[in-house]
Amino acid sequence: MLPLTRLSQFFAGVRAEAPILIGVMPFGMIYGVLAREAGIPAFQAQAVSAIVFAGSAQMVLTQLVHLGAPLLVMVLTLFVVNLRHALYSASVAPYIQHLSKGWKALLSYLLTDEAYAVAIIHYKYLDTLPAPAEPAGSSTGSRPEVRLAHWYFLGAGLALWSSWQLSTALGIALGAVVPQSWSLDFTLALTFIALVVPGLKDRPGWAAALTAGTVALLAYGLPYKLGLVLASVCGVATAALVDRWSGAPAGERAAP
Amino acid sequence: MSLWLVIFASGLVTFLIRLSFVGLLGQRAVSPAVRRVLGFVPPAVLSAIILPEMLIRDGALDFSLGNLRLLAGLAAWVVAWRTRSPLWTIAAGMLVLWFLTALR
Repeated sequence: MLPLTRLSQFFAGVRAEAPILIGVMPFGMIYGVLAREAGIPAFQAQAVSAIVFAGSAQMVLTQLVHLGAPLLVMVLTLFVVNLRHALYSASVAPYIQHLSKGWKALLSYLLTDEAYAVAIIHYKYLDTLPAPAEPAGSSTGSRPEVRLAHWYFLGAGLALWSSWQLSTALGIALGAVVPQSWSLDFTLALTFIALVVPGLKDRPGWAAALTAGTVALLAYGLPYKLGLVLASVCGVATAALVDRWSGAPAGERAAP
Repeated sequence: MSLWLVIFASGLVTFLIRLSFVGLLGQRAVSPAVRRVLGFVPPAVLSAIILPEMLIRDGALDFSLGNLRLLAGLAAWVVAWRTRSPLWTIAAGMLVLWFLTALR
């Protein structure tokens, strides 16, 4: 087995993110096209992808710029569109809280839907690993994969960031070169299926998935991704209730 | 109004939301109960993204067999369950989707 280094964990994160990029690249190109059509200059259209770095929010922003909306309206709208990221922030916070402020800022900047999905599934996988077979009193007390997990997160985040910049540039320069009829946008949902299905093992997990999925369908008409936020909160709340009632052994419940 | 102001303000808002709980939590210890509840966020969020992608077609719920994304998604679900591999899951889902689209 290869030694576990920062670099090996970084590239493990890049590899895990790779399948998602198939779906992200056409999306980035479409953003590039829409931004130019809305009259945003090429350099600034690219700067939005580098500075804001949030697919859905950028699409909405492009429309608002085109309509000439006031700054306050734009900022408030973006706040609502990005609200779901606060959930991701809460979800990853315990795993990165020991890191320096610089690391936290960097990983927060990279905390998109796609990077979150890959990083959190990795962290949850690490949670299931047994404690290291090190002699008692060893200085570190954790596995190298766990100590280096932020490099995996960084690899996933930067892989997405790079392909987002590249696809934006391609969209600005060449237009959307991937035809819609290829349905490559569906690969995002398929990747998320691959990430969520293996983790559905207990009743609370199923309750979270089924409740959130159902509410997301019912609330689909809500604008600005609010349906996603509502669905996720309902899913988590239902799972917590089921967890309490289903009487898992106390020891199991206390496990992180 | 400067477009640059819009870009930096939007970037700042997006960044601050993503930083929110990471920044607020700091180094404080998280109780096992809170950790366990937070563990339900991934299945909830991912399912809330997946199901509309499969079942909402042209702005309406579509449970019919004519909804090819539903059929492709179900095939991918089975493959994900058996293989746990994103690549096989994507391959299966896209092949089914393309095959059924070609048949229609």
